[in-house]
Amino acid sequence: MEIVDSPAIKERSSVSMLMFTVILCLLPALFLQIGFFGYQILGNLFIGIGFALFLEAVCLKLRNYPIRPFIFDGSAFVAAWLLIISVPANIPIWTLLIGIFFSIVVAKHAYGGIGSNPFNPAMIGYAVLLISFPKIMTNWPISDGFEIRNFIQFSQFFSISIINEANDAIVSATPLDQIKTSLFLGKEINILPISFSTLSPYQMITILYFIGGLFLIYKKVITWHLPLSLILSVYVFSGLLHLYDQNTYMSPLFHLLNGATFLAAFFIITDPVSSPTTLKGKIIFGILIGLITVIIRNYGGYPDGIAFAVIFMNICVPLIEKFTQPKVFGYE
Amino acid sequence: MELTDKIFKFFGGIKPSGYKTISTVNPIKRLPIPKKLIIPVRQHVGKVPNIKVSIGDKVLKGQILAEPIANISAATHSSSSGTVVAIEPYKIPHPSGLPDLCIIIKTDGKDEWIKRDRIDPSSLSTDALYETMKSSGIVGLGGATFPTHIKLNSNKIKTLIVNAAECEPYITCDDMAMQEKTKEFVEGIQITMDILKIPHAIIGIEDNKPKAIEKLKSTLSQSKNISIKVVPTVYPSGDEKRLIYLMLGLKISKEKRPVDFGIQVFNVATLISIGRFFYHSEPVISRIVTVTGALKRPNNYEALIGTPIKELIKDAGGKSDQEIIMGGPMMGFKLPHTDVSVTKAMNCLLAITDDMKSKDTFEMPCIRCTKCVEVCPAQLQPQELYWHAKSKQFEKLTENYKLFDCIECGCCSYVCPSNIPLVQYYRYAKSEIRDQLKSSEVADIARERNEFRLYRLEREKKERAERNAKRRAQTSNIDKKKLIEEKKAAIAEAMKRIEEKEK
Repeated sequence: MEIVDSPAIKERSSVSMLMFTVILCLLPALFLQIGFFGYQILGNLFIGIGFALFLEAVCLKLRNYPIRPFIFDGSAFVAAWLLIISVPANIPIWTLLIGIFFSIVVAKHAYGGIGSNPFNPAMIGYAVLLISFPKIMTNWPISDGFEIRNFIQFSQFFSISIINEANDAIVSATPLDQIKTSLFLGKEINILPISFSTLSPYQMITILYFIGGLFLIYKKVITWHLPLSLILSVYVFSGLLHLYDQNTYMSPLFHLLNGATFLAAFFIITDPVSSPTTLKGKIIFGILIGLITVIIRNYGGYPDGIAFAVIFMNICVPLIEKFTQPKVFGYE
Repeated sequence: MELTDKIFKFFGGIKPSGYKTISTVNPIKRLPIPKKLIIPVRQHVGKVPNIKVSIGDKVLKGQILAEPIANISAATHSSSSGTVVAIEPYKIPHPSGLPDLCIIIKTDGKDEWIKRDRIDPSSLSTDALYETMKSSGIVGLGGATFPTHIKLNSNKIKTLIVNAAECEPYITCDDMAMQEKTKEFVEGIQITMDILKIPHAIIGIEDNKPKAIEKLKSTLSQSKNISIKVVPTVYPSGDEKRLIYLMLGLKISKEKRPVDFGIQVFNVATLISIGRFFYHSEPVISRIVTVTGALKRPNNYEALIGTPIKELIKDAGGKSDQEIIMGGPMMGFKLPHTDVSVTKAMNCLLAITDDMKSKDTFEMPCIRCTKCVEVCPAQLQPQELYWHAKSKQFEKLTENYKLFDCIECGCCSYVCPSNIPLVQYYRYAKSEIRDQLKSSEVADIARERNEFRLYRLEREKKERAERNAKRRAQTSNIDKKKLIEEKKAAIAEAMKRIEEKEK
C-alpha cells in the first residue's frame, strides 16, 4: 500500500521534462549548424554525450546512487550538449572527451552530483579546454554557405578529427579573436558593419539561440531575469566603451552577435543549480557576468570571456543570495 | 478600513483542475438514520469536554453528551435519539490513526428532539450570549474546528469576512450549502454581525461557483450591509490571510492575527450553524460533507455527526476497501482506516483516484529551479527551507527564512519537478523546533532545580557545621570529663559481667 502524502495531486513536471525542453530549444540552431558545416557536429554530439552518460553511470555507481532515474534526468545530456556546441566542431575528439570528463566527473560528481555543483559543469569543461588547448579552441571551421547537400553527406558523420587540422583553408579565428589580434597589433579594424545580408553563419546560429531562448521563457523553463540582465549588461557596457572610442571598441550589436552572448544568456547562466535563486540576485548575477565579459573581451587575454565570467560569478552566488533575500508575506 | 471593489491578487498560488462539477450534479442528500452513531467526545481544538451521560442512558436528538469545561472548549451533542451503548476509545479520523474517547449511540429511529427554547440573542447580555454559544457546539467548520464563541467575544471587530472561497479542488460542500441553504446562511451572517455589533460583512467567493454567486446576489439584492466580492480561482485563496489580502489589500504575517486589525473571518458552514442555532435552536448535530473522487455517484451529503463514513461511501457508489482522503487533495490526509465516523471537521471525503496513486514519488535532489518560489503564497523561499530543514539548521529556518509563516498549502510540492515532499520536510522541521523549545524549557527548569539543590546542600552543610561548632562550644570541659568517666564505668561494668560469665 503506497502512502499518499499531501498534496495528493501533482502537476506533470519532472527534471527530465525541463531538460528535454532545453534540448528542444537548441535544435533549430543545430539544424542551421549542420546546414552550414555538415554532420561533424552530430558526430561530436553522439560520441560526446555517449561518453558523458557513461561517466555519469560510473560516478553514480561509485557513489551508490540508483543509476536509472539519475541517468535519465537529462542533466549530463544537457551539460555535454552545451559544452560540445561551445567548442569548434573540428575539435579533436580526445580533446573534447577531456572537456566532458572535467564537466561530468570533476565539476559535477566530485561536488555531489546534480543539485550540488557550485560551478556550471559545461563552463568548467570549456575553461579547462580553453586554458589547456588555446590554439585548438580558437580555430573555427569555415563554411561554404548553407547547403542542402550537407544534410545528405552522412559520411561527415564519421569525420571526427583525431588530430587538429589547423589548415588555414578550413579554419579561422572568430571575429572576436580577429579584433583582439588587430587591436594588439595596432591595426585598423576592418569588420563590416552588421546587416542581415552580411550575417556570418555563426551569427545566424547565435540568433537561433536567441529565438530558442525566447521559447524557453515562453515554456516557463526559465524566467526573463537572467537573459535580459546579461544581454542588457553586455549591450550597455560595450556601448559605453564604443561611445568613448569608436575606433578601438566594437559596437554593442557586434558584441551581442559574436561569441557566446546569446547562448550564455539563455542556456548557460540559466543553469538553476549554479545561479542565484532570488529575482534580484538573478539580475545582479546577469549584470556582473555581462560586465566581466565585456572587460575580458576588450582588455583580457582571451577572445571571449563568458566562461570565466560565469565561473567567477558562480562563486559569488551564496553571497548574492544572502543579500537579496526577498521579504516574506506580511513583513514588507 | 476602506472597502473597495478592487481585488488584490496575492503572489503565487496554483491553478489545479477543480473537479468540482462531478459532485454538484445532484442536490444535497440525506441518508436514513444510521443504526449506530459513533460520536467522538472531542471534535474541536481545546479542552476535552466533560461527559454528562453514562452507558444505558436514553438520549434525545440535540441533547448535550459532553459539556465544555473551559473557555477553549465546545459541547458535543447527540445527533439522534437512542441509547448510549458504550463510552470507550474508538478509531477517529486523525492522521495518527490512534483511537480517542467516543460515545456510541444505538439509535431508535424515532429521531426525537429534545425540548428546544427559542434563543433571542438581542435579549441576552454579552456574557449570557457567550455562555449560550458555548453549549451550541459550534466550531470552525472549515476544518480548523476552533470554538466559535471565542471569535464572537470581541468588541474590536470592524469587518466580517465570510470565507466562501472553497479553493481546494473537489470540495463543493460550501458551494452547495450556499445554493440550498441561502436563507440560513444569510441569517447566520446577519446574527453574527449583530453579535459583533458591526454594520458590514463581505462574502469572498471564488468565480468558479456561478450558481451560488447568482443565488446570493438575488437574495442580497435588497441588503445594503452584506456585499459579495467575487475573487479569481487561485489556490489557496481560501487561506484566511490570503483571502483578507485579496479582499482588503492587507498583508498579515504569522506574528499577527486578523483580530489585531479588526477583522474576523468565518466559514460558510460555520455561519449556517450560527443561523440554525439562533433561529432554529439547533446545535451542531450534522454537517455537509462532499463525498467525491473515484466513486460512481459523487455527491454532497447532509450527514449526522457520528455517521460511519462507510455508509456515505457505499451510497456514493464506492467499494468497502476504497482508500479515502479526508479533506481536499492539497491539504487533506489519507485516513489510516475507513471505519471512522463523520466529525465536525470533515468537509470532504475524497476517494483516491488512479492519478493520485500513480503519482511519481521518486525524490530527486533539488535543482534550485525556484518553481516553488514562484507559487509560494506566503512569499517564502521553499528551496531554502527544504535545504535547511534537511541539514537541521533550525535556527536559520525560523530567523532567516520564517518557516512558521508556511501555511502548508502544498503549492511547492505540487509544482516541484524533483518530486520532493516539501511540506513533509517543513512539518518535520516545525515539530523538531517545537520539541527543542519544549525540551530546552524542561532543561532550564531542571537546571534551576539542580542549582537550587546544590545551593541547598551547601547551605545545609554550612548550617550543620555551624550547629556542631555551637554545640562543641557549649559543651564544657567538665561535662567532657564526666562523660568519659561515665563511659569508663560502663566499660568496667561490662568487663565484670564477662568475667562472671566465664566463671
